[in-house]
Amino acid sequence: MVNTEIKLKGLTLKNPVMTASGTFGYGEEYADFVDLAELGGIVVKGTTLHHREGNPYPRMAETPMGMLNCVGLQNKGVDYFIETIYPRIKDFDTNVIVNVSGSNIDDYIAAVSKIDALENIPAIELNVSCPNVKQGGMAFGVTCSGIEQVVRAVRDVYHKHLIVKLSPNVTNIADIAMAAESAGADSVSLINTLLGMAIDAETRRPVLSMVTGGLSGACVKPVALRMVWQVAKAVKIPVIGLGGISSATDAIEFLLAGASAIEIGTANFIDPAISAKVAKGIAEYCERQGVKDVNELIGGLRL
Amino acid sequence: MKKISDFKVIEKQTWPRAAFLRLQCGEQLPEILGGQFVQVRVDGGQHTYLRRPISIHDVDCQNNTIDLLIQEKHEGTKILCSLPVGAEVNLVFPLGNGFTMPEKNDEILLVGGGIGIAPLLYFAKTIKANRGNKVSFLLGGRSADDLMLLERFREVGDVFLTTNDGSLGEQGFVTQHSLWNTKKINKIYACGPMPMMKAVAKVAKEKDIWCEVSLENQMACGIGACLCCVENTTEGNLCVCKEGPVFNINRLLW
Repeated sequence: MVNTEIKLKGLTLKNPVMTASGTFGYGEEYADFVDLAELGGIVVKGTTLHHREGNPYPRMAETPMGMLNCVGLQNKGVDYFIETIYPRIKDFDTNVIVNVSGSNIDDYIAAVSKIDALENIPAIELNVSCPNVKQGGMAFGVTCSGIEQVVRAVRDVYHKHLIVKLSPNVTNIADIAMAAESAGADSVSLINTLLGMAIDAETRRPVLSMVTGGLSGACVKPVALRMVWQVAKAVKIPVIGLGGISSATDAIEFLLAGASAIEIGTANFIDPAISAKVAKGIAEYCERQGVKDVNELIGGLRL
Repeated sequence: MKKISDFKVIEKQTWPRAAFLRLQCGEQLPEILGGQFVQVRVDGGQHTYLRRPISIHDVDCQNNTIDLLIQEKHEGTKILCSLPVGAEVNLVFPLGNGFTMPEKNDEILLVGGGIGIAPLLYFAKTIKANRGNKVSFLLGGRSADDLMLLERFREVGDVFLTTNDGSLGEQGFVTQHSLWNTKKINKIYACGPMPMMKAVAKVAKEKDIWCEVSLENQMACGIGACLCCVENTTEGNLCVCKEGPVFNINRLLW
């Protein structure tokens, strides 16, 4: 029997597979396809202090092996989440992690404080890297001083596991990760989407309502893998890898590059049952390779 | 209950820019409502990473088949239209809310434009089975070539036709058909290109007739998770894939 349990600081995952924010709703949307108990965790839709309508339609453009989106953090706000959604999802037999976003420090603090009080939410993923919101979001995540400022402020009010989700749209992601670590992050997750763009040549207009959007899907995997490898070498806190993971093999590659856990995002749209398949596939890989503990794979790249 | 299942193409009919596919599943189909859709996985294209939402044209629960009527638009639908008999396809289904079942005495008009005629057939069959109403179809196309499988519609209800070029039925748009002046209608269900549905909605509002339309905003997940396909409504942005694709026109900001 392979041990698949992963211990991040104060957060135990029954296996390294989680689902990425914004691609898995609140888990309920996938309940017909996946037994959520087979996952290490789910990261629910980005939540902000106040209700956000998000950006206008069209919000999506398909690309070779990927897609661009400019959804813009549409959500009903943290109070609605606590009153309406949390009671429905709090007893899922997996870690329910809330992705929290904001446009200024006070909003982050207010939203995080409310979620800190929720007994069955063992961790938050701090989103400082959404490319689709004009103010904030990514603005914090692209400089060391910005990320230090927001992580420190949140760390003061949040008492459980604090994941900081990093933007790939930076010059040196390892520097940003180290800044998050020094400001008190318990782990970092990466990568958020890569800023991209699509144009309709026939109409000569942008495809997306916001002109630019975040690129995700299988096409971003090599970039994500490289960044996970760079960050894992630079920080001591655990790294959660994501970006284009579509199979158990992809997931193993991220573990070997130094990720302690992984998130599955856009691949959920192509196969809504993929997350549980990846969890199973990781265990099968370990058995096949004679690996007794999945933790042995973390950073196991042979150079 | 939503499912993800493999199907096999067991029957096929093609036209220059469209195809009819009968897909058979090895397992029992769940309950499917008229106006719901499937997300079809498309393999082999450079721009076919995501599934393609296709409305359900007909269902046979005895033989576990789902019929799709697909118009070739871009790479994804081209690949689907070229699938041979025997090919395997993977579907996530049934998705969306479907049309609202009418009352027994309702005078129903089902308005379809172009490939938007597809979901009206199965919906009409479910109305007949559940309520027994006689339905009328008003189907429009640019020319006779756009109006396929009319014999299947005629088996279920009266069929009225319009074409822009006059090659079949009355010349003009569906909203210009003479039946609007003569026929008693108190419920309209419409599916087709956006300008057509907006025109039908306008007629319905003018005549104060209850009306639902089926939207086809671009989707990624198809199950209400990604929030890409939103339509701005009186209740804010709603997912066409989950809260739709069918909306009462009074909820839309048209």
